[in-house]
Amino acid sequence: MKGLVCRNISKRYPTGKVALKSMSLSVESKGIFALIGRNGAGKTTLVRILATQMMPTSGTASIDGIDIIREPGRLRQEIAIVPQEARAIPWLTPMETVYSYLLWRGFESGEAKKRARKALNDVGMGDQADKMNQYLSGGMKRKVLVATVIASEARIIFLDEPTTGLDPISRSDLWKMLAKLKKERFIFLTTHYLDEAEKLADSIAIVEEGKLVASGTIEELRGKVKYPYSIKLLDGNTKVPKVRGKVIKGLDGSIQILTGEDEAYSVSKELIKKGTKFALGPLTLDDIFYSLVRKKIEGDDDGDEEENW
Amino acid sequence: MEMKRRIGSQILASILVNAIYTMKNYPIMLVWTFLSPFSLLLVIFFVSNGTLLGVGIEGALVMSMVLSGISMQGDLSHLRNDMKLQDMVVSSPTSALIYIVGMAISELVYSAPALTVLGILAVLFIHTTIMGAVQIFLVMALMFAFSIALGFMLSTFSSDVIQSWAFSGIVSTFLSTIPPVYYPITYIPLPYRYIAYLSPTTYAAQIAQNAAGYVSVPAGTVVVDWIVLIGVSILILFIAAKKTRWRER
Ligand SMILES: Nc1ncnc2c1ncn2[C@@H]1O[C@H](COP(=O)(O)OP(=O)(O)OP(=O)(O)O)[C@@H](O)[C@H]1O
Ligand SMILES: [Mg+2]
Repeated sequence: MKGLVCRNISKRYPTGKVALKSMSLSVESKGIFALIGRNGAGKTTLVRILATQMMPTSGTASIDGIDIIREPGRLRQEIAIVPQEARAIPWLTPMETVYSYLLWRGFESGEAKKRARKALNDVGMGDQADKMNQYLSGGMKRKVLVATVIASEARIIFLDEPTTGLDPISRSDLWKMLAKLKKERFIFLTTHYLDEAEKLADSIAIVEEGKLVASGTIEELRGKVKYPYSIKLLDGNTKVPKVRGKVIKGLDGSIQILTGEDEAYSVSKELIKKGTKFALGPLTLDDIFYSLVRKKIEGDDDGDEEENW
Repeated sequence: MEMKRRIGSQILASILVNAIYTMKNYPIMLVWTFLSPFSLLLVIFFVSNGTLLGVGIEGALVMSMVLSGISMQGDLSHLRNDMKLQDMVVSSPTSALIYIVGMAISELVYSAPALTVLGILAVLFIHTTIMGAVQIFLVMALMFAFSIALGFMLSTFSSDVIQSWAFSGIVSTFLSTIPPVYYPITYIPLPYRYIAYLSPTTYAAQIAQNAAGYVSVPAGTVVVDWIVLIGVSILILFIAAKKTRWRER
């Protein structure tokens, strides 16, 4: 069967910690799939299981019909990964790093050199390719690692937090590269930057405490929240109109009203009439994430919230 | 689009990363790896007024094989735990066997300069028959396979490089400090000799020393030495194949 399918995957570490609780998931194996969730939610655990580095305690999964438990050898022909905590080996140059990785994938030496050089150019590390990794900045080292999988032929690519530590411009450069790459490959990425997931991913899954909270396209996720629209009042002193929805006070003094489509329409008409400045839009992934994952927002430092019937 | 994968490339990758690039970029490593087998040899040479030179050279040869496994344990543990390189390799077409073969060769490449000098010294100062030389070579090969298998297995158990130092310390006490490699076993007073017999290196040393005529052991004992050495090596290879955590549980 095509696609990535997880069936009741559970993982209990030897310490007794249960990191995944009967996780089931089914996504198309093309484009970009983003897995999001808080620290310790179980993202890396799932990635390591799917990339055949670790056995699940129970359950199974397959990618394009290749079973991760019974056919790891076959799957390993197709996958490549940059682990979350991978480091560029300090005594290698970027060129040597990518080149040797391609040799491990079985490339002939000349072909490996060509591909390595090109991938390093693509990530903007062309002119640093022959300096030792230890003299590069943190973000540059990260790019070297991303270059290894970009240079590879793997059809399925796992990137566990690839953009952590990248500056905004490098990050958007990497986005462009991933957007190009996804035309031929399936990219499974985890990230804490929700705007990144929203911009890049064709489908998204949210995990919390080892369980799947929701998955689907951003539209589908939006359909799962109670109030899919957001109205933002920049002036915190504005009198909040009475409406069915949620009111959140931001740290910057702004007020955000989460509400349904019809209500959003009528409230905005009312606000226009009064001449109040506001921004209206569908919920961003940030808002969706908050409302799906955070059950108790009240009293939290990100803003006060009250139901506003 | 099936791609033809070259095993030669996969083996070369390990040799480059773990030996060639290290030596190229950190030349100090060359000095160290070159010196390490000679330090004890010099001590033995001076202390024995030169009489144990041959035994010492033989010992250094056997010991450099044992050290390969010990240093591979440290190298692999570092690459696995600190660099997460092994995770990248596990999720790639390179199998555990090819990875370990490449890494094992990389340890030989690493010690090549020292081995060359020891080899020349051996030819100059150890006078033995062809059969004797073959025996010494086989003992070295066996100790190499044994220590590499042990080193690889242990590296997959350590979760951090500090822990791997502890493994190295224990293994090296057991395989290189206790056994009489640089001198004949008869130098050890009797009750303590039994402790030495707990280490496979002792049997290896006994075979090598007998082959070069430095000690004279009955033929039956040599056969027992071989049986113990081969048995222990097969056991370790078997345990390593079963227990090594290429894919974590
Ligand atoms: N090797 C391990 N042994 C024991 N427990 C572990 C191990 N690795 C992770 N855990 C635990 O499993 C849970 C999930 O960890 P995981 O690394 O999958 O989270 P994550 O979603 O990737 O988090 P982050 O966003 O911080 O990377 C955490 O509670 C963590 O403490
Ligand atoms: Mg993680």
